[in-house]
Amino acid sequence: MAEISVPSSLDGVEPVQSVRTPIRMEYIFTPGVAAQTYLREFGNKKILGNVSPVDGAVLVPPRGADPRHGALCDEFVEMPHTGHVGSFCVTNVPIPGRDLELPYISAWIFLDGADIGFLNLVAECPPEECRIGMRVEAVWKPDDEIGMTAENILYWKPTGEPDIPFEAAGVRGWHVRRKGEADA
Amino acid sequence: MGAGGETAAVIGIGMTNFSATRGDVSMPGLVREAALRALEDAGMDWDDIDAVVMGKAPDFFEGVMMPEIFLSEALGCVGKPILRVHTAGSVGGSTALVAASLVHSGVHKKVLTVGWEKQSESNAMWALSLKQPFQVSINAGAGGYFSPIIRQYMEESNAPELIGCMVAFKDRQHALLNPYAHLHQKDLTFDQVVESPMLWEPIRYSETCPSSDGAAAMVIVHESIADQAPNPAWIHAGAMRSEANNFPGRDEVNPQASRECAADLWEQAGITNPREEIDAAELYVPFSWYEPMWLESLGFCERGDGWKMVESGATHIEGGDLPVNCSGGVLSSNPIGASGMIRFAEAALQVRGMAGEHQVTGARKALGHAYGGGAQYFAMWVVGADKPNN
Repeated sequence: MAEISVPSSLDGVEPVQSVRTPIRMEYIFTPGVAAQTYLREFGNKKILGNVSPVDGAVLVPPRGADPRHGALCDEFVEMPHTGHVGSFCVTNVPIPGRDLELPYISAWIFLDGADIGFLNLVAECPPEECRIGMRVEAVWKPDDEIGMTAENILYWKPTGEPDIPFEAAGVRGWHVRRKGEADA
Repeated sequence: MGAGGETAAVIGIGMTNFSATRGDVSMPGLVREAALRALEDAGMDWDDIDAVVMGKAPDFFEGVMMPEIFLSEALGCVGKPILRVHTAGSVGGSTALVAASLVHSGVHKKVLTVGWEKQSESNAMWALSLKQPFQVSINAGAGGYFSPIIRQYMEESNAPELIGCMVAFKDRQHALLNPYAHLHQKDLTFDQVVESPMLWEPIRYSETCPSSDGAAAMVIVHESIADQAPNPAWIHAGAMRSEANNFPGRDEVNPQASRECAADLWEQAGITNPREEIDAAELYVPFSWYEPMWLESLGFCERGDGWKMVESGATHIEGGDLPVNCSGGVLSSNPIGASGMIRFAEAALQVRGMAGEHQVTGARKALGHAYGGGAQYFAMWVVGADKPNN
């Protein structure tokens, strides 16, 4: 290997093994019909879900297809602004790009009538009082700040109503409802 | 021949040391180090290899697009087929299975497979917290994702609160027996594990995997070549399954894809009682509570009883009837793209009797397991000291 001579000004300087070079990329996201419809109506303070043509499962937020079999979902349904905590994490770790006070509660919120959950912030609730099955309602931004963005809902807060039992909370609720329909 | 087609075996295994920063090597240097060790173990040279199969975490971790192209020279496969596998955290396992399938199918006789990650040149927390337009940016990496699932397991199983700490302490003790392991916490006490701060409650810092640099490699060959090798690890079974990460009624604690993958695996291997017939298991446990969860999902015990196996010491290398993660596991070394392959390679080391201080005495059959994504991708294999029947 050829000898490499280093200028004397670099004598004793620690060799560089790596450098950090932040880069930036901007892109235009085309959300497709389902997400576009959802975001537009979200800007009108409405929460939409998709109805699966296969078995009527309600999917929030709507993605245009049922994740179980890919069936096209083009029927929308307006959802209430209340639900329950399917499960949650009390987070003590800052996340890139967000300035959240620690600890914060990230929770899978199952809206009333929805069959899947989506991840949201829960506040006005001490972490030690958060529970699987706790009933919550949306706290929206002031009307003049509402836009076509997922950040329209500031957070979800407890309603104080009785909890949903663990056996029917979160993903387990689907099976309870199916069984109820089968028995009826 | 449970895995289908031609019989195959592992005859070479190579790993790098795992550490927070392998500043002494570049990415090509890192993968080459593991590959050279695997070739040396196999008694082979670069020219002997027919094809290379590589796996790692998604490209945006290190920011190198299609690194398999960038690394092809370092892996001696210019002019040879190279294949890249993508299955998130399970990728090291799936990559080994794809390599094995090239031999089972009769396409190739001698395949080199490599899994790697250089987390020191990456930002996994950022990469796993990407903002999506229809969802608030709130998830804090993998721990933030798995914490709510673990919370549901704790509630449904009524497991004692410190089971996760027992797993973490056990794996860190096991890591002391493995010179390659990233974490060597000689003076660690159980109380220190318990007192460690909560990062993603109920997950403590001490119950979380480290961020590691490292690579693992294996040489997988056809029976005709393995017959000449001193101590091959015969592939008895291999299975992969996946599912969506959010759908109505999804069993997040014990995913259908995991259960069906395990059932397929045991059937291929002719195993009816995994607890009795498997001598050592390397399970993908990046957060401590996943040990009891996977023990249940894999059928080593009934649902709800996994924590009892942990509590009884059944998974400890000393005195346990099913030692789990004798290498120290993902909790002690986590170069993501290699982590699954390390599980598969460690299973092979056990049945070859080459696991050194963390060898399970007399191990004849071992399980390698990996999962990835939102606990939605699964890869598993069973390897044995004896050639598979039929």
